[in-house]
Amino acid sequence: MDLLEPFQFTFFTNGLIVATLAGALCGLVGVFVVLRGMSYIGHGLSHAIFGGAVASYLLSINFYLGAGVWGIVSTLLISGVSRRRSIGADAAIGVITTASFAIGLVLISRYDSFTRNFEAALFGNVLGVTATDIYVLAGVTAFAGAAIFLRYRALLFTTFDSSVADIFGISTARTDALLSLTLAATVISTMQILGVTLVAAALVIPTVIARMLTNSFSHVVVFSTAIGAASGFVGMNASYHLDVSSGATIVLVSAFVFAVVFLATSRTRGRTHAPARTS
Amino acid sequence: MRLTIPSSTSSCDDALVALKNVTCSYGYEVALRDVDLVVKPSDYVGVVGPSGSGKTTLLRLLTGDVSPSAGSVWRAKGLAIGYVPQLETVNWHFPVTVNEVVLMASGSGRVLPWASRQERAAAELILERLGIGELGSRHILELSGGQQQRVFIARALMRRPQLLLLDEPASGVDAATRHDLLHLLRELNTEGVGIVLSTHDLNGLATHLPQLVCLNTEVVAAGPPVEVLRPDVLERTYGAPLEVLEHAGLLLVVDSHHAREQAADPQGVNHT
Repeated sequence: MDLLEPFQFTFFTNGLIVATLAGALCGLVGVFVVLRGMSYIGHGLSHAIFGGAVASYLLSINFYLGAGVWGIVSTLLISGVSRRRSIGADAAIGVITTASFAIGLVLISRYDSFTRNFEAALFGNVLGVTATDIYVLAGVTAFAGAAIFLRYRALLFTTFDSSVADIFGISTARTDALLSLTLAATVISTMQILGVTLVAAALVIPTVIARMLTNSFSHVVVFSTAIGAASGFVGMNASYHLDVSSGATIVLVSAFVFAVVFLATSRTRGRTHAPARTS
Repeated sequence: MRLTIPSSTSSCDDALVALKNVTCSYGYEVALRDVDLVVKPSDYVGVVGPSGSGKTTLLRLLTGDVSPSAGSVWRAKGLAIGYVPQLETVNWHFPVTVNEVVLMASGSGRVLPWASRQERAAAELILERLGIGELGSRHILELSGGQQQRVFIARALMRRPQLLLLDEPASGVDAATRHDLLHLLRELNTEGVGIVLSTHDLNGLATHLPQLVCLNTEVVAAGPPVEVLRPDVLERTYGAPLEVLEHAGLLLVVDSHHAREQAADPQGVNHT
């Protein structure tokens, strides 16, 4: 097997770049999603934006514009509905995102012509990425990297202890808004590559692996980003040689790493997570 | 009842925070009613009361995290507040080291993610002072209860606070840790840091503080423990009959049933 063989194809090198970039981006943003206990929102948001993707295709609107507006509206609706005390945030995410996903499915069933793009949106199409997709992904990665670099301290404090961060003069509302915007942009820019169903995994798994490897927040950020990027890179190469779906292979690579790290750290996990509060 | 915390050494001009006729509600539910309170740098105050009496709301009013529904809150210009949350509310499984917790509150306005040399030096100094200098790289879950509490006090001290607020600092810690805590807070207060803490622990903590506020939605009484820890005040505060025993100069609050048992076999314990 010639490992360098696929590199002669432009479609593969483009796919490799976006898969690595998408993995790194999801790994980076996923840290804040997972550690806030919001793992489900990545899953929900990608499904919600699917509705916007279908609608923008049928209305001949630019995907990123349509999906972006749809994503922001969905996020605002989730936020608005979850403010009502009797409805929790998880239930609000469940209602809004599945309704949005259902709109997408209804539109698809009404217009048969969408079948091919539907599969691409649902399962991703790394090898079919356009120059626009690459530029958008690179732009979102740069934005997310800059936002997290410049607001790292506020993001850490808000993620760790939101109610106390306010007391220490950190605007948690602004920090939350920045994170929501970054998350929405991440999901939209990676959805075409990994697919609706796999974006959530790319957001969650690298952070979970990194968490098992270290107890330091800064190390989790670095490890999660690196694991995401490596999963993208290795997954793309593996998918070419095994001739299987790229998005699924990327997620399976990270799931395999998770299994290995889980088993390798099982002996120390009990010690680290022992109940505290003894003097 | 409206009472003002008496300050032993300061004049009214050097108040850190002043609440005037403050009422605070969550929807239709009144958490605090008609509270007057002045906190000065020399004050070292414990707020006691049953669950739901408004202790946490009072602390949050002092921090500015909660706004009053009626009345006014005045804060000294540029007031630096340090806040120590209840340890029970901390996410102990969060991946964060002692150094990262302490440095997250440096408040230097620095944008770069990593700490400056000055910030690291300040954190080291505070951790050394609190006796946990060697634990900087440890995860917060790997510490004992007393060490965990000191980490969050260290975080609050990174702000060089003029006012330090602690929410239930005695909750879930043993007697030795409580003793160390009292000693540390006394030291900080002597250095001019105003201290307000809430506690359920009447005997382990409240009776050792210089001043108390008995709270039950409104201020029932305020003053030194010997003045406010009286059966009538405690009954109005807790809604249950409690008695106060004195032993070797120490106050001991017990429920009336136990007090009667003690009275049958006093062994040098006197009722107040």
